Amino acid sequence: MLYRETGQFKKTYAADMAVFPILQDRIGLAVILVVAAGFIPAFGSNFFLSSVMIPFLVFSLAAMGLNIITGYTGLISLGTGAFMGVGAYACYKLTTAFPGVNIVVWILVSGFFSAAIGAVFGLPSLRIKGFYLAVATLAAQFFLEWCFVRIPWLYNYAASGAIEVPTRTLLGIPVTGATATPTTRYLVILGLVVLLTWVASNILHGRIGRTFMAVRDMDIAAELMGIRLLPAKLMAFALSSFYCGVAGAVMMFLWYGGGEASDAFNINQSFNILFMVIIGGLGSLIGCFLGAALLNVVPIILKFGLPALGVPLGGATAEHINHLFVGGLIIFFLIVEPHGLARLWQIMKQKLRTWPFPY
Amino acid sequence: MRQIQTIEPGATLLAVENVSLRFGGVKAITDVSFDIRKGEVRAIIGPNGAGKTSMLNVINGFYHPQDGRITYRGATRTKMRPHVAASQGIARTFQNVALFKGMTTLDNIMIGRTLKMRRSFFWQLWRHGPAMAEEIEHRKFVEEIIDFLEIEHIRKVPVGKLPYGLQKRVELGRALAMEPELLLLDEPMAGMNLEEKEDMCRFILDVKEQYGTTIALIEHDMGVVMDLSDRVVVLEYGRKIADGTPDEVKADQKVIDAYLGVAH
Repeated sequence: MLYRETGQFKKTYAADMAVFPILQDRIGLAVILVVAAGFIPAFGSNFFLSSVMIPFLVFSLAAMGLNIITGYTGLISLGTGAFMGVGAYACYKLTTAFPGVNIVVWILVSGFFSAAIGAVFGLPSLRIKGFYLAVATLAAQFFLEWCFVRIPWLYNYAASGAIEVPTRTLLGIPVTGATATPTTRYLVILGLVVLLTWVASNILHGRIGRTFMAVRDMDIAAELMGIRLLPAKLMAFALSSFYCGVAGAVMMFLWYGGGEASDAFNINQSFNILFMVIIGGLGSLIGCFLGAALLNVVPIILKFGLPALGVPLGGATAEHINHLFVGGLIIFFLIVEPHGLARLWQIMKQKLRTWPFPY
Repeated sequence: MRQIQTIEPGATLLAVENVSLRFGGVKAITDVSFDIRKGEVRAIIGPNGAGKTSMLNVINGFYHPQDGRITYRGATRTKMRPHVAASQGIARTFQNVALFKGMTTLDNIMIGRTLKMRRSFFWQLWRHGPAMAEEIEHRKFVEEIIDFLEIEHIRKVPVGKLPYGLQKRVELGRALAMEPELLLLDEPMAGMNLEEKEDMCRFILDVKEQYGTTIALIEHDMGVVMDLSDRVVVLEYGRKIADGTPDEVKADQKVIDAYLGVAH
């Protein structure tokens, strides 16, 4: 009853082409932004911020990157983890070489390094498709992972072989390193995610997004409409890797606060993000957030929620149940709803619109 | 890009000279020559497997013939990718509908405007301002096509959900959005009922009248072909067996033999 576009007439094409054409959607988005930027940092505990919200936002960003290439352009990539790693190492090298420049700038710039590497590994996509392309991106994953371990220059010849995140400040407040509070880190990540989601939405709703989807749905017809396939696919790879790279840099600098990248950016991470995209919804931006939320919240509930309720559950058991649960979910979604949570969300909105008279 | 001339109505727009196309040992097209004049409806007919669709694929650069020459707007081309053909004003529809199934009718037709859109990646990052102005400008053009084809009611429906007849219409719309000089239609009426066929005929004639588009079409429905087309070329087993006005072709003994069979 409340969610309905009755009486909201579109008088211009601009209004009709808006990303959120319905007033209630815009109000909802505003509420979400106010809650995310105001209530959560004000009332959330440090644990909630650093174990729930920060991972959720980082994974959403990475899922967005993968969704651009797999969901929108239809090219399967298994190199997400590695492209995130490129972002993290690029950011590390940049901030240690030029400590004077603001860390947020370097986080965004490191995305470009990742984009360049992504475009190089996207080159085979003109010739090969589907599973074969997945294998080609798998090569990227293993090759880059090897680089992270074997090229000591990347981690500044540290004996531990790990990235040691230095303290960097933004407007005098430390945002990275040991002294940064979870609230500051959360707010910085939120800012980045909101900005990049807005940019992604702009790109995907315009000419470039349509080009990507045309390549996904029927590449032969796309070429006959005058779309050049190689530039389109490389742009998709670069854009996707840019998002993954920024997510990787954010992950290392604002969440982990350092560590061995071979653990954070391995093949499991790539699959983890692929599952988020599949469960969230291929070809949907909101799906990235839904998928990241589900796959991120479930382990936390199993790990901390159930013992708090008095259900005895060891850490290892929780992990195993988590694997079972995720595996089951993927099979469920592949069979029942290949378009994922995003489609369920759409169906729910449609039902709300017509409620209480569904016909 | 090579200099391309403006062609007066009635002059030769596209000339196919002695084109042969082979796939290994299979001869799809053998030594075929014909021309398409600006402003006419040119039909290509023939029994199944005669090489009609291959001919269209050669014209829009999807196949490269081993022998022969193709001259479009006075420029002889060698090997050319399909997107170059598109940028020179050749659009086409497919025998089996080749729409972008996950996208709405509107987005499908908007794709046809891609080549006309100029705003770069950096403007696209900021969807408001110039990029949006350009988007709206092209949306207006697309709405005219939607209006012309009478598909307003399915504007925002994903095309995968549409019935076959409407999909064919959306595909025509997508090709029209490119404002083509030469429109290639591959069996635009296949699988349609009588009413849908009549609608499609009307659209094709209207396209010719309103936009001055030159049309080359493949069709099996002889009634449609004879009514619509100005000139007909007949292929059989990859060879040209007749070329002329519908009446000439209808009276041609070779054509009658090809369609009805001949006693040995």
